Amino acid sequence: MGSSADRTEAEFSLERLRAGDRAEFARLVETYSGVIYRLAVKLLANEQDAEDVLQETFIKAYNHLNNFNGRSKLSTWLYRIASNEALMLLRKRKQVPLSIEEPAEFIEGDQEPLQIKDWCCLPEPELMSAEARKYLDKALEDLPPSMRVVFLLREIEGLSTRETSEILELSESAVKTRLSRARMRLRDLLTSYYGEKLEAHTEHAQKERVIEGGRQ
Amino acid sequence: MIDQETCHSLLDSLSDYVDGALGDELCAEIERHLEDCNDCRIVVDSLRKTIYLYHETTTPPVVPDDVRDRLFRRLDLEEFLQR
Repeated sequence: MGSSADRTEAEFSLERLRAGDRAEFARLVETYSGVIYRLAVKLLANEQDAEDVLQETFIKAYNHLNNFNGRSKLSTWLYRIASNEALMLLRKRKQVPLSIEEPAEFIEGDQEPLQIKDWCCLPEPELMSAEARKYLDKALEDLPPSMRVVFLLREIEGLSTRETSEILELSESAVKTRLSRARMRLRDLLTSYYGEKLEAHTEHAQKERVIEGGRQ
Repeated sequence: MIDQETCHSLLDSLSDYVDGALGDELCAEIERHLEDCNDCRIVVDSLRKTIYLYHETTTPPVVPDDVRDRLFRRLDLEEFLQR
């Protein structure tokens, strides 16, 4: 951990931040607002809520800089504040706490049955069409927040298992389990979506063959 | 639908497998199984593709100008707003 703390100190002066240096804080906001906003938008699927989380994150950071111990990276600390704010908002929005905090057996329990369709061969423009991108977002929204936040931190923000576990205050093995379940669930959702596209493709190809055959 | 015992016992390891984060022994066991099991091969391929698609469609971390303006105003940092 020594090296990440050194890196933080190299990037930002904790001393100046704690002394209330506005320019240094503005630099911090400039550096991290992009990733914090992206995380909030993807977690909440709502731009107004994401903006609230963005603002709250930096207000809290400013007010609590003295509590930041410097052992983790500043970015880890900011991600932690933002994740907590966003998850709290989601909890409020649903007003049913159990639907947010997945029961342990749901996360740790057996895998669900899997759909098997080989959609990987679909052409890239189809895999990445505007409609498909919307579906990718929708599939992500369908994940329980406890899985979604792990997937976003690991895959979209590109953070390590270690960093993600620090941000969410989970064990590294819990992060791995949630990531695995999130990926498998998304794979299943994507298989439903692209599987239909694949069938349409195959039917189209068969019709073409029938027409070709008829012509001969 | 997969329901064979071996397939099921390996499913939880596939995420680590595609990351190359498994121990040699388990990794070899999965590779042996994949040679014989078409269904599991499809699961691994589509799992890799799923992760790839999310990586490829990730947008850059940009804050829209109006959101950024309001953020800097809220934090009383307007003097540092640069375009």
